[in-house]
This record gives sequence, structure tokens and C-alpha cells, in this order.
Amino acid sequence: MGTGAQEPALAIEGLERHYGDRIALAGVTLSLPVGATLAVFGANGAGKTTLLRVLATLLRPHGGSVTALDASLPDDAWRLRGRVGYLAHEALLYRDLTPRENLLLHARLHGLPAARVDELIAQVGLARRAGDRVRDLSRGMVQRVAAARAVIHDPPLLLLDEPRAGLDPGAAARLEPLIGRESGRTRVLVTHDVDAGLAECDLALGLKLGRQVFCGRATADEVRELYR
Amino acid sequence: MIRAALAILRKDLRLELRTGESAPAMVLFSLIVFVLFHFGLDRDTLEGDLASGVLWVTILLAAVLGVNRLFASEREGAAIDGVLMAPIDRTAFFLAKAAALFLYLVALELVALPAFAFLLLSPSLTGALPELLAIVLLADIGLAAVGALVAALAVETRTRELIVPLMLLPLLVPVVIAAAAATEPLFSGSQAPDDLGTWLGVLSLYDSVFVLVSIAVFDFLLED
Amino acid sequence: MAGPHGRNLRWWALGSAALMAAALSLVFFYAPNDADQGFIQKIFYVHVPMAIVALGGFVAAGVMAIKHLRTGDRVWDLRSYVTIHISIILGVGVLITGSIWARASWGKWWVWEEPVLVSFLIVFLLYCVYYPLRFSIEDPGRQGRYSSVFAVVAGAFVPLNFMAVRLAESYTHPRVLSQTGGSLPGEQRLTFIVAIVAMTALFVTLVKLEITAKSAAMRIKRLRARMERAAEERESALVAG
Repeated sequence: MGTGAQEPALAIEGLERHYGDRIALAGVTLSLPVGATLAVFGANGAGKTTLLRVLATLLRPHGGSVTALDASLPDDAWRLRGRVGYLAHEALLYRDLTPRENLLLHARLHGLPAARVDELIAQVGLARRAGDRVRDLSRGMVQRVAAARAVIHDPPLLLLDEPRAGLDPGAAARLEPLIGRESGRTRVLVTHDVDAGLAECDLALGLKLGRQVFCGRATADEVRELYR
Repeated sequence: MIRAALAILRKDLRLELRTGESAPAMVLFSLIVFVLFHFGLDRDTLEGDLASGVLWVTILLAAVLGVNRLFASEREGAAIDGVLMAPIDRTAFFLAKAAALFLYLVALELVALPAFAFLLLSPSLTGALPELLAIVLLADIGLAAVGALVAALAVETRTRELIVPLMLLPLLVPVVIAAAAATEPLFSGSQAPDDLGTWLGVLSLYDSVFVLVSIAVFDFLLED
Repeated sequence: MAGPHGRNLRWWALGSAALMAAALSLVFFYAPNDADQGFIQKIFYVHVPMAIVALGGFVAAGVMAIKHLRTGDRVWDLRSYVTIHISIILGVGVLITGSIWARASWGKWWVWEEPVLVSFLIVFLLYCVYYPLRFSIEDPGRQGRYSSVFAVVAGAFVPLNFMAVRLAESYTHPRVLSQTGGSLPGEQRLTFIVAIVAMTALFVTLVKLEITAKSAAMRIKRLRARMERAAEERESALVAG
């Protein structure tokens, strides 16, 4: 066993995605090592969510090449599903079911035992409210359930869309072991918090109107330029 | 894949039991329509082809209600994305939705058929129960498969509630033709010629074609 | 400059004009007047070929839609869309001429005894939903895909529907009244066949014509969008620099 470099978790080259005649993403090129964190910055409409959704296999790339965890999209998307977790802007939960029922569904879809559901509910500290409908929970609690859903299958790749938005520090701290740096997962993180984002990432991707402006180490000023 | 379909089906049934948005509305609707037909046709009892027609048109219109609601829970909160990311064959999604619609229709018929017999039907039903069951179940399979497909087709449109009946009802004309023709002799006091075999054959052909077509194209409705 | 569809457009147009002229002259001068219905029966030569070509168009559009779904090439979506469009227009003609023919043959403006006409009405009503469906989907990628799914399902529906309606009518009204299919005497048959060929040629010409027009319009739109984007980028480069 030598010191050969591992395959990168993400290898993207010239990724393109359009919406009719408009460009949603163009010219995105980056390589992200295993276990590293990529922070994606950009104004609204810059293509950040589109990028996440492509990596989540919910959207097909229209051009370029994307390889995530040795699965080339879109052809090998089926191999990637089950190994990627997505904490989206929406909760991706059924509002009229309880957290336990929602997580049970996903456990069954991933072939996991019911015990995993109880384990996660305890980890996010929702044991007391696990029997209430998601509709009746506060934003912070819903986010915790969504995070549990995102990591229920212990995915090596995690996609996070402003995971701490609207959370109080206590709730955010509770989610750290699941979705933070200490979880050891490869993460792609979309955030508007420039300083915090830069602090916790290894690579920063800047998007403007769908196009890649920079990728690598960046300064806070460079990031703020994107919003101008 | 069956396991995944069952998991999704359980989820849908649990949601339905908790919120009761589909099946009870379909039942209530059918009862009201029976009353409307009573007044509209100015008849106390129906038999033969008239009874057959009223029953099947009512079931079809009630089915439209069920189809309209079939994907409602998926859109709220984009819950469907969570399911789409799971390592499952997406055909499981179609099977689950069609099975759910099938069960709602069966629940509807469990109430609507006896109600129809009490309210409007003149001959007695008990002699022809097995044949009636066969017709109804075969028709329900076709209704469920086409209904799930149309529901998925209309999921993205802004004018969903209009598109669904306009698309669904023409597609279901063969089901009405076959099911109504098949039940007509059962609802006649006299012994009318019985071509049950032919009509069951038509229903089976329709079901086979549309289940296969739906399974083949459904993936394209979920892909992006 | 006309693109692959427009290349032979001129020949198709001339050819179908010639065929239509041939068909019309056969209808008026060659085919005998019907003993019962007289001159108005000749609308049969318009009505039935139109129905056959329109139904064929719907099924063909379904096949094109399958190709679109399989290859993702938007050309097939365009072809499918235009074919359905022309078929619907022909469909209006079918229903109108069918009604006139019914009036001439049976004295009523609509007859349920004619299974082709009845099943055509159902198919027509179904395909009319194609437009509301297509134009109420905003995502352009989805629009094409969902429309193709609809075209495939509806295309599979056409033969099934025809069979079911025909079966129903054969039980209530035995088919002595129908004049479609069955054997026709020689002169009528020749006229009929020429009419079908002419109608098909006309159909293909119209489809090619519309595709050419639409392709040109789309290309112009794309060029304009590209110019606007280039102008935008130049502007932002100026501002930044």
C-alpha cells in the first residue's frame, strides 16, 4: 500500500445545465478530495441549488462530466443514490406524518432496520415530539428531522443547502455531529454566511449567473464581489 | 422493488387514513351523484342499461376526484424528492400510487354499490355477485393504472384540476363501454343475452396495454 | 437555408397539389353518383381519407414521441408536436364532413351508428388536451418530455378505443349502415385510394411546412438570445473594468 492519491470524491468538468434557452450552470470545473468540504457561494439565482440537485441525481447534467463517488452522472446515477444525503431548502418530508413515520419510510427504502430510526431521533433530541405531525413542529425541529432523514443511510457525500438558516445556536450545535466537519463526510455546503462558510471549508466555489467565477481558496472580499 | 413499492404504499395509506382527503370524498360524491340522477332522470328505480350507465359514470367521476389528490402529498414540501433519491427502482413509485388508487376505488365501491342497490336499483343484486365482482375489479385495475399515469402527467401543470378530468375521461371511455355493457344483463330483471366473456376480455386487454404502457413511460415523468 | 425538413418542401407541395387535383377530378367526373344519396355522398371521399390520415397521424406522433423519449433529441418532439397539430386540424374537418355526410345519409346531424366517427370524436377530444397540457408546463425540458408521454399514451389509446367503440356498436346497431371498409365497386375504390394518397401527401406537406416555419422561428429566437447575452457580458465587463 503506497502513498498513491485517492480518487477525488467529486470530479466535475465543464458541467452545464440549461433551462430552456437560459443558462443555469456553465463551465463548472472542480475536484474535491474525500472528506473535504466545498463551500458554494453566489447570489440568488446563481445556480447553487441547481448544482446541489445535479449532485443529488435529481437533475441530469446537460453537458460536461460529473463523477461523484466513482459514479458518473447521469448514467450511473443509480449507483450514487443511497450514498448521497441531501438537506435541501425544503424539508423533503411528509407534513401530515410524524418524524418517526417519515424516517421509517426512508429506513425501509434504504433497507435499514427500524432501530436506526430510534437512534437518530434520540441523536437529534426529538424523542418527546417524535409522535407529532411534522406540520405541528417548529422550524428548528423540522430541520432536525430533515437532517436525520439526510443522514439516515450514513452517506459518504452530503449536500447541504443553508443548513443553519433559521436555527438557534442550540439546534445548530445539535446537528453538528451529523452534518458538520466532524462527521468526516465529504460535504458540499451552500451558505450565505461568508465568514463562517470560508472558515469551515477546504475549497470555495463562486458562482455568478450560473458561471464559475473562482474555485479554490478565496478571500471574503472575493466572495462578496459575487453579490454585487 | 416490491419492497419499496410496499413501503411507499404504506406511507400513502397511512396519510390517507390520517387526513382522509380522498376516499371519503369519493364516497360522498358518488352518493350525491346518485341523488342527482334520481332527480335528473325523474326515476325511483333504474334497471338494465340505464342502471349500468348511471353506476359507471358515477364511479368514473368519483375516480377523477381520487386522481386529482393522488400526488397532492408529494408536492407539499417537495417530499417526493426525498423518495426519488433513494436507491429504488422508480417503477415502484408508479406501482404504489396505482395500488393506492385501486384501494380507494375498492373502498368507494364497497359503499357505493350497496348504496346504489338500495337507492336506485330495481332488480336484486345478490344472484350476480361473483360476476359483478369480476367486472368491478378488472375495471378498477384499468382505472387505477390510467389514473396514476394521468395524475403524474398533470403534477407539473398549473391548471391541474382542469387537465385531469379532460385527459382522464376520454382515456377511460373503453372502460365505461366494456363495464357498462357487462353489468347491463346483471341489472336486468329479464334474462338478456350474456356476453360477459367478451367484455371481460376487452377489460383485460385494456388493463394489460395500459399497465404496460404506464410502466414503460412513468420513468420519464420522474426524471429531470 | 430551409433545413432538413424544408429541403424537399417544394416537391412535396407540387406533388400533393397534383395528387389533390387528380383526386378531385376523379371524385367529380369518374366516380358514379350514389343511387340513394346523390351528389352529397361524394363527401365520403373527403371524410374517410381525412379520418384515416388524421388517425394515422396521431399514431405516428406517438411513435415520434417514443423516439424523442429515447434519444432526447428535441427534433422528434417538434415533429410529434406538429404532427398532432395538423392531425387535430384535419380532425375538425373530419367531424364537420362527417356531420354533413350523416345528414345526407341518415337525415340527422350526428349518428352514433358510425363507429369510426364516434371513436374519432373521443380521440379528438383527448388530443385537444395536448395543448393545455403542454403550455401549462413551464419548465421547457419537462414540457417536451411530458407532451411526449401524453402522445405515446394517446397513440396507444387510438386503436384500443376504436376496437371498443366498434364492439359496442356491433351489439346495439348491426353494421349494415356503415359504408366504410367492406368492398367497394371498382370505380369507387380507385377514387377512394387516390383520395387517401392525396390526403396523405397533403398531410406530409403541411407537417413539413409547419416544421420549417417553426425551426426558423426557433433559430431566430436562439440567435437573439445569444446576442442579448453577449451584449450583457460586454456591458458587465465594461462596468467591472
